[in-house]
Amino acid sequence: MELISLGIKSIFIENMVFAYFLGMCSYLAVSKKVSTAVGLGLAVIFVLTITVPANWMIKEYILREGALSWMGSEFDTVDLSFLQFIMFIAIIAAMVQLVEMIIEKLSPALYGSLGIFLPLIAVNCAILGSSLFMVQKDFNLVESTVYGFSSGIGWFLAIIALAAIRERLKYSNVPDGLKGLGITMFITGLMGLAFMSFIGISI
Amino acid sequence: MAIETLDQPIVKSESSEGLLSKRRRKFVTDPLNDDNPITIQVLGICSALAITLKMEPTLVMSIAVLFVIVFSNLIISVIRDLIPNRVRIIVQLAIIATLVTLVNEVLKAFYYDMYKVLSVYVGLIITNCIIMGRLEAFAMGNKAWDSILDGLGSGFGYAWIILAVAFFRELFGFGSLFGFEVFEAIGITNFPNNGLMVTPIGAFMILGIIIWIQRTKSGYVEH
Repeated sequence: MELISLGIKSIFIENMVFAYFLGMCSYLAVSKKVSTAVGLGLAVIFVLTITVPANWMIKEYILREGALSWMGSEFDTVDLSFLQFIMFIAIIAAMVQLVEMIIEKLSPALYGSLGIFLPLIAVNCAILGSSLFMVQKDFNLVESTVYGFSSGIGWFLAIIALAAIRERLKYSNVPDGLKGLGITMFITGLMGLAFMSFIGISI
Repeated sequence: MAIETLDQPIVKSESSEGLLSKRRRKFVTDPLNDDNPITIQVLGICSALAITLKMEPTLVMSIAVLFVIVFSNLIISVIRDLIPNRVRIIVQLAIIATLVTLVNEVLKAFYYDMYKVLSVYVGLIITNCIIMGRLEAFAMGNKAWDSILDGLGSGFGYAWIILAVAFFRELFGFGSLFGFEVFEAIGITNFPNNGLMVTPIGAFMILGIIIWIQRTKSGYVEH
């Protein structure tokens, strides 16, 4: 039950885009068409579900103070948490590469649709952000998996909704200076306003 | 304008050129307005919105980004001939992550309150696309001094936009600037604080308006 509530919370209430502004670059750049947005969204869900638990293990068994005690008692006081950023980004880059290779081997069709988005994901701040939030909120392994997956779903919903609105926007008469990024900012703001109505829901 | 700069040809600089020649001054002045990283190139939006609730964290953030962008540009441009092309992304990420770790530790040691306020967003400087973008587009193909200037330009271009957003958000959201109660100081005691500015929505709106004004002025139209 707690896991479900954590999932709902990270999809709607603490939405990656509307509450934390994470992954904005690709959110703005790849939201011109629904079909490409779906591809990128799926890839993000996929990578998040893998990297957050992977980074949890890195944190728990290597970086945390005293985490290295499995190597012997003289490592009990070693605290490597200052290496967090470097380790996390390396894990993410490596995972993305690995996932890309595995998909290419197993399912060329899926690779065809996701392939071009995978390299983009390594520098998507939603991925690194979720891992950092995972450390901050002190999740355990199951919670971090659920958190990674549902944050991905939240991001997926946000980018698809924006892409759908932008496809419609083609037929409206937007002032020149506001075209593209400007109007997208306003739309995202209004969508954020709508998502704010979820605040206060407790499950 | 946004895309062309990413693959601009590498200009061979002459040895007798002054340290601040006209061509070099353009590296610093262009990103401030005509080629701004946020409003024109659409890079680094995440942190631009997330930490702009108040002026003080925004200032700290801009200094942090300026530091990281200048030094990563410098380091990459010095070792650019040693980096094999296939692994350059990892090398760039490692250098950026090292510099960000440095910033993070300094903040944690000397400025703990601010470290708490900025929380994960310091770490997210790593994935700030402005930095990766400048390394890829400029530092990989230019000399050290030019790269420093280019980093300064992009850093300041980023800084003034986020400071502008923070200015309006803090002014209308809390009625203060750097924690100083502006409206009370000039005699308006019951200025109504705008709750929308405190929420993320305020950031989107303000940035949208800034982009609108700037693009109307510069005549840049996105298609």
